[in-house]
Amino acid sequence: MSDDKFDSIIVGAGPAGVAAAITMARAGLNVALLERGEYPGAKNVQGAVLYSKMLADVIPEFWKEAPLERALVDERLWVMTEDSAIQLGYKSTKFAQDPANSYTIIRVEFDKWFSKKAEEAGVTLLTGVTVSDILKKDGNVVGVKTTEGDELFADVVIACDGANSIMAQKAGLHREWSSQEVALGVKEILALPREVIEDRFGLEGNQGSTTEMIGDITKGMMGYAFLYTNKETLALGLGCALDDFQRTNIKPYDLLEELKRHPLIRRLIRGSKSLEYSAHIIPEGGFNSMPPLYTGGMLLAGDSAQMINPTHREGSNLAMASGKMAGETVIEAKKKGSFSAKTLSVYRKKLEDSFVLKDMDDHKDIEEKVRKNRDILTVYPRLACDAAHEYLLVDGVPKRDHQRRIIRRIRRERGIFQMIKDAISLRHAIG
Amino acid sequence: MADEPKPMTLEDKLGLLTYKNDHQSHIKIHSNDVCLKCPNKPCTTGCPAAVYVWDEAQKKLIVSYENCIECGAARMLCPYENIEWNPPRGGFGVSYKFG
Repeated sequence: MSDDKFDSIIVGAGPAGVAAAITMARAGLNVALLERGEYPGAKNVQGAVLYSKMLADVIPEFWKEAPLERALVDERLWVMTEDSAIQLGYKSTKFAQDPANSYTIIRVEFDKWFSKKAEEAGVTLLTGVTVSDILKKDGNVVGVKTTEGDELFADVVIACDGANSIMAQKAGLHREWSSQEVALGVKEILALPREVIEDRFGLEGNQGSTTEMIGDITKGMMGYAFLYTNKETLALGLGCALDDFQRTNIKPYDLLEELKRHPLIRRLIRGSKSLEYSAHIIPEGGFNSMPPLYTGGMLLAGDSAQMINPTHREGSNLAMASGKMAGETVIEAKKKGSFSAKTLSVYRKKLEDSFVLKDMDDHKDIEEKVRKNRDILTVYPRLACDAAHEYLLVDGVPKRDHQRRIIRRIRRERGIFQMIKDAISLRHAIG
Repeated sequence: MADEPKPMTLEDKLGLLTYKNDHQSHIKIHSNDVCLKCPNKPCTTGCPAAVYVWDEAQKKLIVSYENCIECGAARMLCPYENIEWNPPRGGFGVSYKFG
Protein backbone atom coordinates (compact mmCIF):
# COMPACT_ATOMS: atom_id res chain seq x y z
CA MET A 1 0.00 0.00 0.00
CA SER A 2 1.33 3.42 -0.92
CA ASP A 3 1.57 6.19 1.65
CA ASP A 4 -1.35 8.17 0.34
CA LYS A 5 -3.74 5.23 0.06
CA PHE A 6 -5.87 4.37 3.10
CA ASP A 7 -8.23 1.52 3.75
CA SER A 8 -10.81 4.16 4.48
CA ILE A 9 -11.11 7.94 4.45
CA ILE A 10 -13.81 9.47 6.60
CA VAL A 11 -14.92 13.02 5.88
CA GLY A 12 -16.08 14.78 9.04
CA ALA A 13 -14.97 14.20 12.65
CA GLY A 14 -18.45 14.38 14.20
CA PRO A 15 -20.28 11.55 15.99
CA ALA A 16 -20.77 9.47 12.82
CA GLY A 17 -17.23 9.90 11.54
CA VAL A 18 -15.48 9.21 14.82
CA ALA A 19 -17.64 6.14 15.55
CA ALA A 20 -16.78 4.77 12.10
CA ALA A 21 -13.09 5.60 12.52
CA ILE A 22 -12.74 3.90 15.91
CA THR A 23 -14.62 0.81 14.70
CA MET A 24 -12.29 0.36 11.71
CA ALA A 25 -9.04 1.28 13.47
CA ARG A 26 -9.70 -1.33 16.17
CA ALA A 27 -9.98 -3.94 13.42
CA GLY A 28 -6.53 -2.92 12.20
CA LEU A 29 -7.59 -0.80 9.23
CA ASN A 30 -5.57 2.19 8.13
CA VAL A 31 -8.00 5.09 8.56
CA ALA A 32 -7.78 8.82 7.79
CA LEU A 33 -10.30 11.12 9.45
CA LEU A 34 -10.60 14.52 7.76
CA GLU A 35 -12.08 17.50 9.58
CA ARG A 36 -12.57 20.94 8.03
CA GLY A 37 -12.57 22.76 11.38
CA GLU A 38 -9.38 23.88 13.10
CA TYR A 39 -10.26 21.24 15.69
CA PRO A 40 -13.02 18.62 15.84
CA GLY A 41 -16.26 20.29 16.93
CA ALA A 42 -15.31 23.75 15.63
CA LYS A 43 -18.09 23.64 13.02
CA ASN A 44 -20.60 21.54 14.92
CA VAL A 45 -23.76 22.67 16.66
CA GLN A 46 -26.15 20.60 18.75
CA GLY A 47 -28.51 21.27 21.72
CA ALA A 48 -27.03 18.99 23.06
CA VAL A 49 -28.37 15.73 24.47
CA LEU A 50 -26.19 12.63 24.21
CA TYR A 51 -27.80 9.19 24.44
CA SER A 52 -25.63 6.68 26.26
CA LYS A 53 -26.35 3.40 24.55
CA MET A 54 -24.96 4.24 21.12
CA LEU A 55 -21.81 5.77 22.55
CA ALA A 56 -21.28 2.84 24.95
CA ASP A 57 -21.42 0.56 21.90
CA VAL A 58 -18.28 2.36 20.69
CA ILE A 59 -16.61 3.38 23.98
CA PRO A 60 -17.72 1.06 26.80
CA GLU A 61 -17.79 2.88 30.15
CA PHE A 62 -17.40 6.25 28.41
CA TRP A 63 -19.04 7.96 31.40
CA LYS A 64 -15.87 7.44 33.41
CA GLU A 65 -13.90 9.75 31.13
CA ALA A 66 -16.08 11.65 28.64
CA PRO A 67 -16.71 15.39 29.19
CA LEU A 68 -20.35 15.10 30.22
CA GLU A 69 -22.39 17.93 31.68
CA ARG A 70 -25.46 16.63 33.52
CA ALA A 71 -27.26 13.27 33.69
CA LEU A 72 -30.84 13.90 32.59
CA VAL A 73 -33.33 13.02 35.30
CA ASP A 74 -36.06 15.51 34.39
CA GLU A 75 -37.52 16.00 30.92
CA ARG A 76 -40.18 18.62 30.55
CA LEU A 77 -42.55 19.69 27.81
CA TRP A 78 -44.18 23.09 28.01
CA VAL A 79 -47.23 23.79 25.89
CA MET A 80 -47.21 27.56 25.85
CA THR A 81 -49.01 30.77 25.07
CA GLU A 82 -47.49 34.23 25.41
CA ASP A 83 -47.91 34.23 29.21
CA SER A 84 -48.93 30.70 30.28
CA ALA A 85 -47.89 27.08 29.97
CA ILE A 86 -49.24 23.60 30.56
CA GLN A 87 -46.31 21.67 31.98
CA LEU A 88 -45.86 18.02 31.17
CA GLY A 89 -42.86 15.94 32.03
CA TYR A 90 -41.28 12.95 33.59
CA LYS A 91 -38.63 12.93 36.25
CA SER A 92 -36.96 9.95 37.79
CA THR A 93 -33.82 9.61 39.87
CA LYS A 94 -33.55 6.12 38.34
CA PHE A 95 -32.01 7.93 35.37
CA ALA A 96 -29.29 9.38 37.61
CA GLN A 97 -27.11 6.28 37.94
CA ASP A 98 -24.21 5.96 35.54
CA PRO A 99 -24.63 5.20 32.79
CA ALA A 100 -27.62 7.53 32.67
CA ASN A 101 -30.09 7.22 29.81
CA SER A 102 -28.80 10.52 28.48
CA TYR A 103 -26.56 13.44 29.37
CA THR A 104 -26.27 17.02 28.30
CA ILE A 105 -22.95 17.73 26.62
CA ILE A 106 -21.06 20.67 25.13
CA ARG A 107 -20.43 19.48 21.61
CA VAL A 108 -17.03 21.08 21.05
CA GLU A 109 -15.62 19.55 24.24
CA PHE A 110 -17.24 16.23 23.46
CA ASP A 111 -16.04 16.12 19.85
CA LYS A 112 -12.47 16.93 20.92
CA TRP A 113 -12.53 14.07 23.41
CA PHE A 114 -14.24 11.62 21.04
CA SER A 115 -11.79 12.29 18.20
CA LYS A 116 -8.90 11.92 20.65
CA LYS A 117 -10.20 8.40 21.33
CA ALA A 118 -10.00 7.77 17.59
CA GLU A 119 -6.39 8.95 17.52
CA GLU A 120 -5.59 6.66 20.45
CA ALA A 121 -7.06 3.79 18.43
CA GLY A 122 -4.63 4.58 15.62
CA VAL A 123 -6.68 6.83 13.35
CA THR A 124 -4.85 9.57 11.42
CA LEU A 125 -6.79 12.76 12.22
CA LEU A 126 -6.22 15.66 9.82
CA THR A 127 -7.83 18.96 10.85
CA GLY A 128 -8.27 22.12 8.81
CA VAL A 129 -8.90 20.01 5.70
CA THR A 130 -11.95 20.81 3.57
CA VAL A 131 -12.94 18.29 0.93
CA SER A 132 -14.12 19.89 -2.29
CA ASP A 133 -14.71 16.89 -4.51
CA ILE A 134 -14.69 13.13 -4.74
CA LEU A 135 -12.40 11.14 -6.99
CA LYS A 136 -13.91 8.39 -9.11
CA LYS A 137 -12.51 5.55 -11.17
CA ASP A 138 -14.63 3.27 -13.34
CA GLY A 139 -17.76 4.68 -11.71
CA ASN A 140 -16.60 3.92 -8.16
CA VAL A 141 -15.48 6.44 -5.55
CA VAL A 142 -11.75 5.98 -4.91
CA GLY A 143 -10.78 9.08 -2.94
CA VAL A 144 -11.26 12.76 -2.21
CA LYS A 145 -9.79 16.05 -3.33
CA THR A 146 -9.25 18.90 -0.86
CA THR A 147 -9.71 22.65 -1.38
CA GLU A 148 -5.91 22.90 -1.43
CA GLY A 149 -5.75 20.48 -4.35
CA ASP A 150 -4.42 17.46 -2.46
CA GLU A 151 -5.70 14.04 -3.48
CA LEU A 152 -6.17 11.21 -1.00
CA PHE A 153 -7.13 7.67 -1.95
CA ALA A 154 -8.94 4.86 -0.13
CA ASP A 155 -10.84 1.64 -0.73
CA VAL A 156 -13.95 3.20 0.80
CA VAL A 157 -14.82 6.82 1.56
CA ILE A 158 -17.37 7.39 4.30
CA ALA A 159 -19.21 10.70 4.06
CA CYS A 160 -19.93 11.95 7.57
CA ASP A 161 -19.83 15.60 6.55
CA GLY A 162 -23.10 16.53 8.13
CA ALA A 163 -26.20 18.38 7.06
CA ASN A 164 -24.23 20.42 4.51
CA SER A 165 -22.80 17.33 2.87
CA ILE A 166 -20.74 18.16 -0.17
CA MET A 167 -19.78 14.50 -0.59
CA ALA A 168 -23.24 13.06 -1.12
CA GLN A 169 -24.04 15.67 -3.74
CA LYS A 170 -20.74 15.28 -5.55
CA ALA A 171 -21.29 11.53 -5.67
CA GLY A 172 -24.68 12.19 -7.25
CA LEU A 173 -26.46 10.48 -4.34
CA HIS A 174 -28.76 13.40 -3.78
CA ARG A 175 -29.66 16.81 -5.14
CA GLU A 176 -29.77 19.84 -2.89
CA TRP A 177 -32.25 19.61 0.00
CA SER A 178 -35.36 21.75 -0.33
CA SER A 179 -36.38 24.29 2.33
CA GLN A 180 -39.09 21.82 3.43
CA GLU A 181 -36.49 19.17 4.19
CA VAL A 182 -34.45 21.11 6.71
CA ALA A 183 -35.03 23.10 9.88
CA LEU A 184 -32.91 26.03 11.03
CA GLY A 185 -31.85 26.07 14.67
CA VAL A 186 -30.34 28.98 16.59
CA LYS A 187 -28.98 28.79 20.09
CA GLU A 188 -27.18 30.67 22.83
CA ILE A 189 -24.99 29.39 25.63
CA LEU A 190 -25.83 31.31 28.81
CA ALA A 191 -23.48 31.23 31.79
CA LEU A 192 -24.84 30.99 35.34
CA PRO A 193 -23.26 29.77 38.58
CA ARG A 194 -23.79 26.08 39.14
CA GLU A 195 -25.80 26.54 42.38
CA VAL A 196 -28.15 28.98 40.64
CA ILE A 197 -28.86 26.42 37.91
CA GLU A 198 -29.45 23.69 40.48
CA ASP A 199 -31.79 25.90 42.54
CA ARG A 200 -33.78 27.22 39.61
CA PHE A 201 -34.31 23.82 38.02
CA GLY A 202 -34.62 21.78 41.22
CA LEU A 203 -31.51 19.70 40.57
CA GLU A 204 -28.92 17.97 42.72
CA GLY A 205 -25.25 17.40 41.94
CA ASN A 206 -24.63 16.47 38.34
CA GLN A 207 -28.28 15.85 37.56
CA GLY A 208 -29.88 17.87 34.82
CA SER A 209 -33.13 18.73 33.06
CA THR A 210 -34.36 19.49 29.58
CA THR A 211 -37.38 21.61 28.69
CA GLU A 212 -38.90 21.55 25.23
CA MET A 213 -41.42 24.27 24.43
CA ILE A 214 -44.13 24.39 21.78
CA GLY A 215 -46.72 27.05 21.10
CA ASP A 216 -46.81 30.80 20.43
CA ILE A 217 -43.06 31.16 20.69
CA THR A 218 -42.60 29.87 17.14
CA LYS A 219 -45.36 32.14 15.82
CA GLY A 220 -47.13 29.37 13.97
CA MET A 221 -43.91 28.12 12.40
CA MET A 222 -43.32 24.37 12.64
CA GLY A 223 -40.75 23.88 15.35
CA TYR A 224 -39.99 24.14 19.02
CA ALA A 225 -37.75 25.83 21.55
CA PHE A 226 -35.50 24.14 24.10
CA LEU A 227 -33.72 24.92 27.34
CA TYR A 228 -31.10 22.44 28.53
CA THR A 229 -29.05 22.56 31.72
CA ASN A 230 -25.29 22.12 31.60
CA LYS A 231 -23.01 22.31 34.65
CA GLU A 232 -22.42 26.06 34.54
CA THR A 233 -24.34 27.07 31.45
CA LEU A 234 -27.79 26.81 29.95
CA ALA A 235 -28.41 26.10 26.28
CA LEU A 236 -31.43 28.06 25.07
CA GLY A 237 -32.49 27.79 21.47
CA LEU A 238 -35.18 27.10 18.94
CA GLY A 239 -35.55 25.41 15.60
CA CYS A 240 -38.19 25.87 12.92
CA ALA A 241 -38.79 24.56 9.42
CA LEU A 242 -36.71 26.57 6.98
CA ASP A 243 -39.63 27.06 4.58
CA ASP A 244 -41.45 28.77 7.46
CA PHE A 245 -38.58 31.24 7.93
CA GLN A 246 -38.64 31.70 4.16
CA ARG A 247 -42.39 32.32 4.09
CA THR A 248 -42.71 34.57 7.14
CA ASN A 249 -39.53 36.65 6.88
CA ILE A 250 -39.11 36.20 10.64
CA LYS A 251 -35.50 36.72 11.67
CA PRO A 252 -34.18 33.78 13.69
CA TYR A 253 -32.13 35.97 16.07
CA ASP A 254 -35.16 38.23 16.74
CA LEU A 255 -37.19 35.16 17.62
CA LEU A 256 -34.44 33.99 19.97
CA GLU A 257 -34.44 37.40 21.69
CA GLU A 258 -38.24 37.16 22.09
CA LEU A 259 -37.84 33.74 23.61
CA LYS A 260 -35.37 35.15 26.14
CA ARG A 261 -37.91 37.82 27.12
CA HIS A 262 -40.85 35.40 27.53
CA PRO A 263 -42.15 35.84 31.09
CA LEU A 264 -41.77 32.13 31.86
CA ILE A 265 -38.26 31.91 30.38
CA ARG A 266 -36.66 35.16 31.49
CA ARG A 267 -36.89 34.18 35.17
CA LEU A 268 -34.91 31.01 34.42
CA ILE A 269 -32.10 32.80 32.61
CA ARG A 270 -32.03 35.97 34.75
CA GLY A 271 -28.55 37.34 35.38
CA SER A 272 -26.94 35.04 32.83
CA LYS A 273 -24.19 36.07 30.47
CA SER A 274 -24.28 34.97 26.86
CA LEU A 275 -21.09 33.14 25.90
CA GLU A 276 -21.88 32.01 22.39
CA TYR A 277 -24.44 32.32 19.63
CA SER A 278 -24.65 29.55 17.06
CA ALA A 279 -26.84 28.30 14.24
CA HIS A 280 -27.14 25.26 12.01
CA ILE A 281 -29.54 23.57 9.69
CA ILE A 282 -31.02 20.28 10.85
CA PRO A 283 -31.81 17.73 8.15
CA GLU A 284 -35.35 16.86 9.20
CA GLY A 285 -36.69 15.52 5.93
CA GLY A 286 -36.65 12.08 7.51
CA PHE A 287 -37.08 8.68 5.93
CA ASN A 288 -38.75 10.01 2.78
CA SER A 289 -35.82 12.36 2.06
CA MET A 290 -33.02 9.89 2.68
CA PRO A 291 -30.60 9.58 -0.20
CA PRO A 292 -29.25 6.16 -1.23
CA LEU A 293 -26.88 5.25 1.60
CA TYR A 294 -24.14 3.71 -0.51
CA THR A 295 -22.57 3.59 -3.92
CA GLY A 296 -19.44 1.83 -5.16
CA GLY A 297 -16.60 2.83 -2.82
CA MET A 298 -18.68 5.16 -0.64
CA LEU A 299 -21.09 5.13 2.31
CA LEU A 300 -23.12 7.92 3.96
CA ALA A 301 -23.74 8.16 7.71
CA GLY A 302 -25.36 10.58 10.16
CA ASP A 303 -26.74 13.97 9.13
CA SER A 304 -25.34 13.66 5.61
CA ALA A 305 -27.93 10.91 5.13
CA GLN A 306 -30.78 12.81 6.90
CA MET A 307 -30.58 10.51 9.92
CA ILE A 308 -32.63 12.61 12.32
CA ASN A 309 -35.70 11.70 14.33
CA PRO A 310 -37.00 15.13 15.37
CA THR A 311 -40.08 13.78 17.15
CA HIS A 312 -37.74 12.15 19.64
CA ARG A 313 -34.95 14.74 19.57
CA GLU A 314 -32.55 12.09 18.26
CA GLY A 315 -29.76 12.56 15.75
CA SER A 316 -26.25 12.22 17.12
CA ASN A 317 -27.14 8.75 18.41
CA LEU A 318 -28.34 7.74 14.95
CA ALA A 319 -25.07 9.18 13.65
CA MET A 320 -22.96 7.09 16.03
CA ALA A 321 -24.94 3.91 15.35
CA SER A 322 -24.80 4.40 11.57
CA GLY A 323 -21.11 5.34 11.72
CA LYS A 324 -20.36 2.13 13.60
CA MET A 325 -22.34 0.06 11.08
CA ALA A 326 -20.58 1.82 8.20
CA GLY A 327 -17.25 0.91 9.80
CA GLU A 328 -18.31 -2.72 10.21
CA THR A 329 -19.44 -2.79 6.57
CA VAL A 330 -16.00 -1.64 5.42
CA ILE A 331 -14.27 -4.24 7.63
CA GLU A 332 -16.37 -6.97 6.01
CA ALA A 333 -15.76 -5.58 2.53
CA LYS A 334 -12.03 -5.52 3.19
CA LYS A 335 -12.13 -9.23 4.11
CA LYS A 336 -13.97 -9.94 0.87
CA GLY A 337 -11.66 -7.69 -1.10
CA SER A 338 -14.63 -6.04 -2.81
CA PHE A 339 -15.85 -2.48 -2.43
CA SER A 340 -18.58 -2.52 -5.04
CA ALA A 341 -22.04 -1.09 -4.44
CA LYS A 342 -23.30 -4.67 -4.19
CA THR A 343 -20.87 -5.52 -1.39
CA LEU A 344 -21.53 -2.28 0.43
CA SER A 345 -25.31 -2.71 0.18
CA VAL A 346 -25.09 -4.79 3.36
CA TYR A 347 -24.84 -1.40 5.15
CA ARG A 348 -28.46 -0.60 4.26
CA LYS A 349 -29.49 -4.04 5.51
CA LYS A 350 -27.72 -3.46 8.84
CA LEU A 351 -29.51 -0.15 9.27
CA GLU A 352 -32.86 -1.71 8.37
CA ASP A 353 -32.34 -4.40 10.98
CA SER A 354 -31.48 -1.81 13.64
CA PHE A 355 -33.51 0.87 15.43
CA VAL A 356 -32.14 3.48 13.02
CA LEU A 357 -34.30 2.79 9.97
CA LYS A 358 -37.13 1.23 11.94
CA ASP A 359 -37.63 4.44 13.95
CA MET A 360 -37.17 6.64 10.91
CA ASP A 361 -39.71 4.62 8.96
CA ASP A 362 -42.22 4.83 11.83
CA HIS A 363 -41.94 8.61 12.06
CA LYS A 364 -41.76 9.41 8.37
CA ASP A 365 -45.12 11.16 8.02
CA ILE A 366 -45.27 13.30 11.15
CA GLU A 367 -43.71 16.46 9.70
CA GLU A 368 -45.94 16.37 6.65
CA LYS A 369 -49.06 16.00 8.82
CA VAL A 370 -48.09 18.92 11.02
CA ARG A 371 -47.09 21.01 8.00
CA LYS A 372 -50.55 20.52 6.46
CA ASN A 373 -52.15 21.38 9.76
CA ARG A 374 -49.78 23.99 11.15
CA ASP A 375 -52.29 25.77 13.35
CA ILE A 376 -52.38 22.81 15.73
CA LEU A 377 -49.11 24.23 17.09
CA THR A 378 -50.82 27.43 18.21
CA VAL A 379 -54.53 26.54 18.52
CA TYR A 380 -54.08 23.60 20.87
CA PRO A 381 -51.64 25.23 23.29
CA ARG A 382 -54.03 28.17 23.54
CA LEU A 383 -57.07 25.95 24.08
CA ALA A 384 -55.23 23.81 26.62
CA CYS A 385 -53.99 26.82 28.58
CA ASP A 386 -57.41 28.49 28.48
CA ALA A 387 -59.09 25.29 29.65
CA ALA A 388 -56.62 24.93 32.51
CA HIS A 389 -57.15 28.56 33.41
CA GLU A 390 -60.93 28.12 33.58
CA TYR A 391 -60.51 24.91 35.54
CA LEU A 392 -58.31 26.48 38.19
CA LEU A 393 -60.02 29.86 38.42
CA VAL A 394 -62.01 30.36 41.62
CA ASP A 395 -64.17 33.38 40.98
CA GLY A 396 -67.56 32.56 42.51
CA VAL A 397 -68.89 31.20 39.21
CA PRO A 398 -70.17 27.60 39.52
CA LYS A 399 -67.80 24.93 38.15
CA ARG A 400 -70.47 23.71 35.71
CA ASP A 401 -70.47 27.15 34.06
CA HIS A 402 -66.69 27.05 33.76
CA GLN A 403 -66.92 23.63 32.14
CA ARG A 404 -69.55 24.88 29.67
CA ARG A 405 -67.32 27.79 28.82
CA ILE A 406 -64.42 25.41 28.08
CA ILE A 407 -66.57 23.24 25.80
CA ARG A 408 -67.98 26.29 24.02
CA ARG A 409 -64.53 27.64 23.44
CA ILE A 410 -63.29 24.34 22.00
CA ARG A 411 -66.33 24.11 19.72
CA ARG A 412 -65.77 27.60 18.45
CA GLU A 413 -62.00 27.34 17.92
CA ARG A 414 -61.67 23.85 16.53
CA GLY A 415 -64.83 21.76 16.72
CA ILE A 416 -65.03 18.32 18.24
CA PHE A 417 -64.87 16.47 14.92
CA GLN A 418 -61.84 18.40 13.76
CA MET A 419 -60.12 17.59 17.05
CA ILE A 420 -60.82 13.88 16.59
CA LYS A 421 -59.50 14.11 13.02
CA ASP A 422 -56.34 15.86 14.23
CA ALA A 423 -55.81 13.22 16.88
CA ILE A 424 -56.27 10.32 14.45
CA SER A 425 -54.03 11.93 11.86
CA LEU A 426 -51.19 12.49 14.31
CA ARG A 427 -51.66 9.07 15.89
CA HIS A 428 -51.16 7.44 12.49
CA ALA A 429 -48.14 9.58 11.75
CA ILE A 430 -46.44 8.65 15.02
CA GLY A 431 -47.24 4.98 14.29
CA MET B 1 -38.64 45.67 33.99
CA ALA B 2 -35.98 44.29 36.31
CA ASP B 3 -36.52 40.73 35.06
CA GLU B 4 -35.93 41.60 31.42
CA PRO B 5 -32.63 40.25 30.11
CA LYS B 6 -30.48 42.88 28.49
CA PRO B 7 -31.42 42.94 24.82
CA MET B 8 -28.70 41.70 22.50
CA THR B 9 -28.32 42.86 18.95
CA LEU B 10 -27.13 40.49 16.26
CA GLU B 11 -23.81 42.39 16.29
CA ASP B 12 -23.48 41.57 20.01
CA LYS B 13 -24.16 37.91 19.27
CA LEU B 14 -21.70 37.68 16.39
CA GLY B 15 -19.16 39.58 18.49
CA LEU B 16 -18.96 36.54 20.78
CA LEU B 17 -17.55 34.39 17.98
CA THR B 18 -14.05 33.64 16.76
CA TYR B 19 -13.42 33.70 13.03
CA LYS B 20 -10.44 33.15 10.82
CA ASN B 21 -11.26 35.07 7.68
CA ASP B 22 -10.23 33.99 4.24
CA HIS B 23 -9.45 36.71 1.69
CA GLN B 24 -11.75 34.98 -0.75
CA SER B 25 -15.48 34.49 -0.32
CA HIS B 26 -16.98 31.03 0.02
CA ILE B 27 -20.34 32.41 -1.10
CA LYS B 28 -21.26 33.27 -4.66
CA ILE B 29 -24.40 35.00 -5.96
CA HIS B 30 -25.01 33.71 -9.45
CA SER B 31 -26.99 36.68 -10.76
CA ASN B 32 -27.96 39.95 -9.12
CA ASP B 33 -30.81 40.19 -11.66
CA VAL B 34 -32.47 37.28 -9.92
CA CYS B 35 -32.22 39.12 -6.57
CA LEU B 36 -33.63 42.25 -8.19
CA LYS B 37 -36.77 40.36 -9.16
CA CYS B 38 -37.05 38.39 -5.91
CA PRO B 39 -40.11 39.73 -4.05
CA ASN B 40 -39.48 39.05 -0.36
CA LYS B 41 -35.75 38.22 -0.36
CA PRO B 42 -35.84 35.51 2.33
CA CYS B 43 -32.03 35.38 2.49
CA THR B 44 -32.03 38.89 3.99
CA THR B 45 -34.20 37.78 6.93
CA GLY B 46 -33.67 34.03 7.31
CA CYS B 47 -29.87 34.07 7.50
CA PRO B 48 -29.04 33.86 11.23
CA ALA B 49 -25.94 36.04 10.74
CA ALA B 50 -27.49 38.60 8.35
CA VAL B 51 -24.81 37.86 5.79
CA TYR B 52 -27.15 38.99 2.98
CA VAL B 53 -28.25 42.62 2.94
CA TRP B 54 -30.19 44.25 0.12
CA ASP B 55 -28.75 47.65 -0.73
CA GLU B 56 -31.70 49.58 -2.13
CA ALA B 57 -29.54 52.46 -3.42
CA GLN B 58 -27.21 50.19 -5.37
CA LYS B 59 -29.99 47.67 -6.13
CA LYS B 60 -27.54 45.01 -5.15
CA LEU B 61 -27.26 42.14 -2.71
CA ILE B 62 -24.30 42.77 -0.40
CA VAL B 63 -22.75 39.57 0.95
CA SER B 64 -20.73 39.83 4.18
CA TYR B 65 -19.25 36.35 3.90
CA GLU B 66 -16.90 37.05 6.82
CA ASN B 67 -19.91 37.01 9.20
CA CYS B 68 -21.08 33.59 8.01
CA ILE B 69 -21.56 31.08 10.84
CA GLU B 70 -21.81 28.20 8.37
CA CYS B 71 -25.31 26.96 9.20
CA GLY B 72 -25.93 26.08 5.56
CA ALA B 73 -29.42 27.60 5.33
CA ALA B 74 -28.67 30.08 2.52
CA ARG B 75 -28.64 27.45 -0.21
CA MET B 76 -32.20 26.43 0.57
CA LEU B 77 -33.43 29.87 1.70
CA CYS B 78 -32.99 31.25 -1.80
CA PRO B 79 -36.08 30.17 -3.77
CA TYR B 80 -34.12 30.47 -7.04
CA GLU B 81 -30.98 28.51 -6.16
CA ASN B 82 -29.10 31.74 -6.79
CA ILE B 83 -26.80 31.38 -3.78
CA GLU B 84 -23.85 29.04 -4.16
CA TRP B 85 -22.50 28.24 -0.72
CA ASN B 86 -19.48 26.04 -0.15
CA PRO B 87 -17.71 25.41 3.12
CA PRO B 88 -14.78 27.83 3.61
CA ARG B 89 -11.36 26.49 2.72
CA GLY B 90 -9.69 24.22 5.26
CA GLY B 91 -9.06 25.97 8.59
CA PHE B 92 -11.01 29.15 7.71
CA GLY B 93 -14.35 30.45 8.91
CA VAL B 94 -16.05 30.30 12.30
CA SER B 95 -14.68 28.23 15.19
CA TYR B 96 -17.24 27.47 17.86
CA LYS B 97 -16.05 27.00 21.44
CA PHE B 98 -19.24 25.38 22.72
CA GLY B 99 -21.13 24.37 19.56
